Amino acid sequence: MIYITQGILSFIAAMAFGVVFNAPKKSLFYCGIGGMTGWIVYMCVNQLNQDQVGASFAGAFTVAFVSHIMSKKFKMPMIIFSVAGIIPLVPGGTAYNAMRHVVEKDYATALEFGSQALLISGAIAMGLVFAEIITQLWVKAFLRLKTKP
Amino acid sequence: MTADYELVVECCLLAGRLMMESGAETYRAEDTMDRMAVSQELTESQSFVTPTGIIFSGNKNLPTRLVRIKARTTDLGKIALVNNVSRKLTFGDITIEEAYSELKQIDKGHETFPLWIKVAAAAIASGAFLLLYGGRLMDVSTALLAGGIGYAIADRLEVRTRVKFFAEFLAAMFVTIIAILSVSSGLGIEIDKIIIGSVMPLVPGLLITNAVRDLMAGHFVSGLSKGAEAFLTAFAIGAGVALIISL
Repeated sequence: MIYITQGILSFIAAMAFGVVFNAPKKSLFYCGIGGMTGWIVYMCVNQLNQDQVGASFAGAFTVAFVSHIMSKKFKMPMIIFSVAGIIPLVPGGTAYNAMRHVVEKDYATALEFGSQALLISGAIAMGLVFAEIITQLWVKAFLRLKTKP
Repeated sequence: MTADYELVVECCLLAGRLMMESGAETYRAEDTMDRMAVSQELTESQSFVTPTGIIFSGNKNLPTRLVRIKARTTDLGKIALVNNVSRKLTFGDITIEEAYSELKQIDKGHETFPLWIKVAAAAIASGAFLLLYGGRLMDVSTALLAGGIGYAIADRLEVRTRVKFFAEFLAAMFVTIIAILSVSSGLGIEIDKIIIGSVMPLVPGLLITNAVRDLMAGHFVSGLSKGAEAFLTAFAIGAGVALIISL
């Protein structure tokens, strides 16, 4: 049940972000799909091992992989589909907590949250890049198989 | 033929500028420019793209050109349109003159969502994020209001003042004020969740991912400068929230 509600919510959020970033009208629905799959994978991994960094990596990897497939299908740049999907994974809450503890002069906790936010954003970027490289290698290998008899 | 090549260079620069202004990755802008040049028989072209300027050289006989990129926003529709023109040019569906006039048309203005739809979308996104991060159903109305107003302020002020950090700072301040007012009047419950959800439309998510993406592709100059922009924007939001909370 929680997966359905979270899936619908992340779909709405990613689609709304597509509108905010002025994505082409016909791509909006697929922006939402990308965001939804990424968020559901993130949730599953997060529940399995209680590790936000690993979960963010898995989520970003999924988003990038899905948006790569869509960019090939619709002949649009991949960035259109990936940006809106990445947004739910951005560690806004963790960064906020870090800031909040700085204000309360609790620097030790602030540093803890801050480094976690840094690690999560690094994991998101790594997930994006890994997915892109793997799909590129895969496409190249596929083309070679096709050209060779 | 020289006049023709000059048009090609002009066309490549325009395409590169449009892409960088709407928030494309640096390596994609370079790739697009090189593809367009190669399709028009400028095989030895070199491009150097940074978030603030583009240097493009056609061949050894043509003058090297430079354009400045003044404003950077996020406009995925524009990236798609420019990409479409470059794709058509590379496949030979349109001539360089047609491509140039199409790019000019995109530069003049293209179809965007009106502001009120964007504000409504930002408000809906804020409400959805509040629930995604485990907020309560009762707080959604506050998040809708705060997210919409925050985005509208950031958008309008950026157009007016041309200083992005100031706009984001003020927007974050207003979001926090609305959240505090609603909690103190009994409409909202969890102030932290409301602020996190409503601030999300302002977060520079695109910049952060693009910065790291550019660093990994070996574009260290653009990666570092985009990272600095992202850090400053995030800091402005954090400072705006922190200032009001600490009062």
